[in-house]
Amino acid sequence: METLLSFIHNNLEQFYIVILSIFLGIEVISRVPSVLHTPLMSGANAIHGVIIIGAIIVMGEASTDNYLALTLGFLAVIVGTLNVVGGFVVTDRMLEMFKTGKGNSKKQG
Amino acid sequence: METYILSICYLIGSVSFILGLKMLSNPATARKGNLVSAAGMSIAIFGTLFFYQSNGEHLHNYGWIAGALIIGTVIGTLAARKVKMTAMPEMVSIFNGMGGLCAALISIVEFGRMTGEPEPLRLLVIVAGMMIGSISFSGSMVAYGKLSGKVKDHSFSGQHIFNLAILAVIVVLGGFLNFGIGLSSLTLFYIILALSLSYGVFFVLPIGGADMPVVISLLNSFTGIATAFGGFLYNNPVMLTGGILVGSAGAILTILMCKAMNRSLQNVLIGSFGGGATAVAGDKGPQGTYKEISAADAAMVMGYAHKVIIVPGFGLAVAQAQHTCHELEKALKNNGVEVKYAIHPVAGRMPGHMNVLLAEADVSYDDLLELEPANEQFGSTDVVLILGANDVVNPAAENDPSSPIYGMPILQVTKAKMVIVNKRSMRPGYAGIENGLFFMPNTSMLFGDAKDVLQQLIAQIKEL
Repeated sequence: METLLSFIHNNLEQFYIVILSIFLGIEVISRVPSVLHTPLMSGANAIHGVIIIGAIIVMGEASTDNYLALTLGFLAVIVGTLNVVGGFVVTDRMLEMFKTGKGNSKKQG
Repeated sequence: METYILSICYLIGSVSFILGLKMLSNPATARKGNLVSAAGMSIAIFGTLFFYQSNGEHLHNYGWIAGALIIGTVIGTLAARKVKMTAMPEMVSIFNGMGGLCAALISIVEFGRMTGEPEPLRLLVIVAGMMIGSISFSGSMVAYGKLSGKVKDHSFSGQHIFNLAILAVIVVLGGFLNFGIGLSSLTLFYIILALSLSYGVFFVLPIGGADMPVVISLLNSFTGIATAFGGFLYNNPVMLTGGILVGSAGAILTILMCKAMNRSLQNVLIGSFGGGATAVAGDKGPQGTYKEISAADAAMVMGYAHKVIIVPGFGLAVAQAQHTCHELEKALKNNGVEVKYAIHPVAGRMPGHMNVLLAEADVSYDDLLELEPANEQFGSTDVVLILGANDVVNPAAENDPSSPIYGMPILQVTKAKMVIVNKRSMRPGYAGIENGLFFMPNTSMLFGDAKDVLQQLIAQIKEL
């Protein structure tokens, strides 16, 4: 019990971030028109790709003769980059199709 | 000094994620919002690369890191650029799985690096990240397989209890590991990894394909949480904010989707379409007779109607017929017919799937009706043309309490004077449920691939 309490105490800032971010996430999403559900899911998907930072740290801290850590870290950076880059590009492609300005149904080009 | 710059980078990153998500929720700013998050992400990544220090030391192995970044960027860009609009949900599922895999790999390496007495609860954070990450990875891969038709629904009796048992074992073993009870911690760790991976598979396998959007959104939220554990592990604010934002946003999106189907999340996950539900629907078998209509006749009725409402479904996506559909709309409008689209919130394989497809074909926003306005307008509609939609127009959802989709709000197309259903065959829809609509007196079936049928219709209408 004491471990848990001291953990919370020592990481109090993080707990504040967690709780505030939960409310922020709820607040931001709950007003979304259903048209944007798919791009939003995809954009959020790209954002959790920020896990890549962890992968970069793992890779950058691995000692040069620890091949297991290097290989796993290498793989982690690749898949993390896939998540980030792929996620943002796919989202952009989806949104590219939404023409801004309501009622603008004129065919372009 | 460099640490200060890094902190600012992370601050910018976090703010850009929040701003980006906010902008993504408005059609006018959505695209910019995505770019804002992407820019913030780049700042956070490059900041880490150049300014990150641990115990006064910079990162090393830059060659490896750069190589991996380049490989990932090239593959990611190519995959995302080349994928067909119709396969978008699968792609999102794969990318989500990659994020989960990344979280799991980080935990594996960090676990291997742990020496001596760890800080309290550090082990718990590592194991939690590994568990959630690997569940999200294997679950997303199965969801991908299901969406692309490579994996069929599988379930056996008592699977839910079996799943819960696996989950319980994972949690108990996690506790053992954390308090150093039982087997060597290395063995325990890998047993938990294997169990988590299989849990992801067993968790998604029995859920019907029609519910995949909900599952992907849920797994998206899981990966967010795994990322947040990474944030705890490295004391990294940008991973923490990014992860938790996506975790909570994903959870809310999941609930919104369930609400659109008028079902609880528990009902989606446990009372899944896949298992007992199909058996119930299967008992009834095909019912009554249906009548067919030729493309020429259908064109005639539609060309002389006052108002036509098109109901697109996954069949439209499969046939890549969104552009042809827009042409039909223009041909009808040239004949003075009022044309609208009725979009069910869960039509297709992801919420908003149909909106994305139709937007690609330049269909105007103003012609898209959401569920409620559409249901108000069906009464004054002459012809409803259903293109490859099935479950979202199944009247069983309103009048058959034994149906697995009972209670889901549907598009009440039967209110219209005439319903024309385009399908490839009489096979039941994705959820495996027989559709009574096809046998109703004012319904006519127009068999064929959506694109072919639409082209025939356009040709005929232009001749009217």
